[in-house]
Amino acid sequence: MQFLEKTKKSIFSLFILVLLILSFFVFKFALEKEKIYSPKITDEQIFTDFEAKDLIDGKKINFNKVLFGKNFYLINIWSSWCEPCKDESDKLLKLKKDTSIMMIGINYKDKNKNALNFLKLYGDPFDQIFIDKQGTISINFGAYGVPETFLINDKNKVLKKYIGPLNDEDVFEIKKITNN
Amino acid sequence: MTRMFLKSKKLPIIKILIIFILIFINFKNVAISSTFSEEQTINITKNLRCLICQGQTIHESNSDFAESMKKYIKSELENGKTNEEIFSLLVKKYGQWIVYDPGISRNTLLLWSLPLLLFLIGGAIIAKKIFRKI
Repeated sequence: MQFLEKTKKSIFSLFILVLLILSFFVFKFALEKEKIYSPKITDEQIFTDFEAKDLIDGKKINFNKVLFGKNFYLINIWSSWCEPCKDESDKLLKLKKDTSIMMIGINYKDKNKNALNFLKLYGDPFDQIFIDKQGTISINFGAYGVPETFLINDKNKVLKKYIGPLNDEDVFEIKKITNN
Repeated sequence: MTRMFLKSKKLPIIKILIIFILIFINFKNVAISSTFSEEQTINITKNLRCLICQGQTIHESNSDFAESMKKYIKSELENGKTNEEIFSLLVKKYGQWIVYDPGISRNTLLLWSLPLLLFLIGGAIIAKKIFRKI
């Protein structure tokens, strides 16, 4: 009887031990996993039929009219109040040198004065900048916030979507796509 | 004399009343039209997940993403889109994860059928036990 009691106890402690080890590994792998969530997008074609104001001259332009003459278009959603946008500004300036890409900026929920100051301070990598005061243009693109970057081709198909600031690996990847 | 006085007094009162009624009707119409779209917006936003928040709907959240989404939905409703059209548009942009009530598709078939399957299996086990006793 005593033996049975002892075996029961040891089985129970073994069970707890296994549970603890298991939960340790679950947490370990969960914490190491990439935090950025990006769902599978079924809409590969980006929505481009809308009008928006240009940041520099304030004129309303149809987005479709801008998408002309290049093989690739890099749409970057940015804001002067967004800290990571400062980090990625030099990456965007690197991509500007690629002649096959047109750089399009979407200035997200920003003050025009602050946005222009930001460009003076960190450099202007864009060929065209649209104002998105309400954040609705970004929703149209299926974006989450700032910074976010879309690489599209001349058929408006989304080739790559980057949530968060671009890093050197992303720049390398984009250049690889555009140079092929 | 008094009659004349009353008549002259009544006239502006009636006029004022008519003006009040007209203003009331006008305001009522404005209120009805705005609450209708507001209600519709709430119905949609309550069924949408705030993708950058923890367990909140777009309706509950005040994040930049949720605020932009509310404005986007309002503008789409103004453009004459129906609730279903807006949902399918957002699912196309953000995936099934954005809706709290995902429709039946190849990916969600297991999700929808599993409770029913478990219910049937459970029912079968209970029925078997009962019939065995009888």
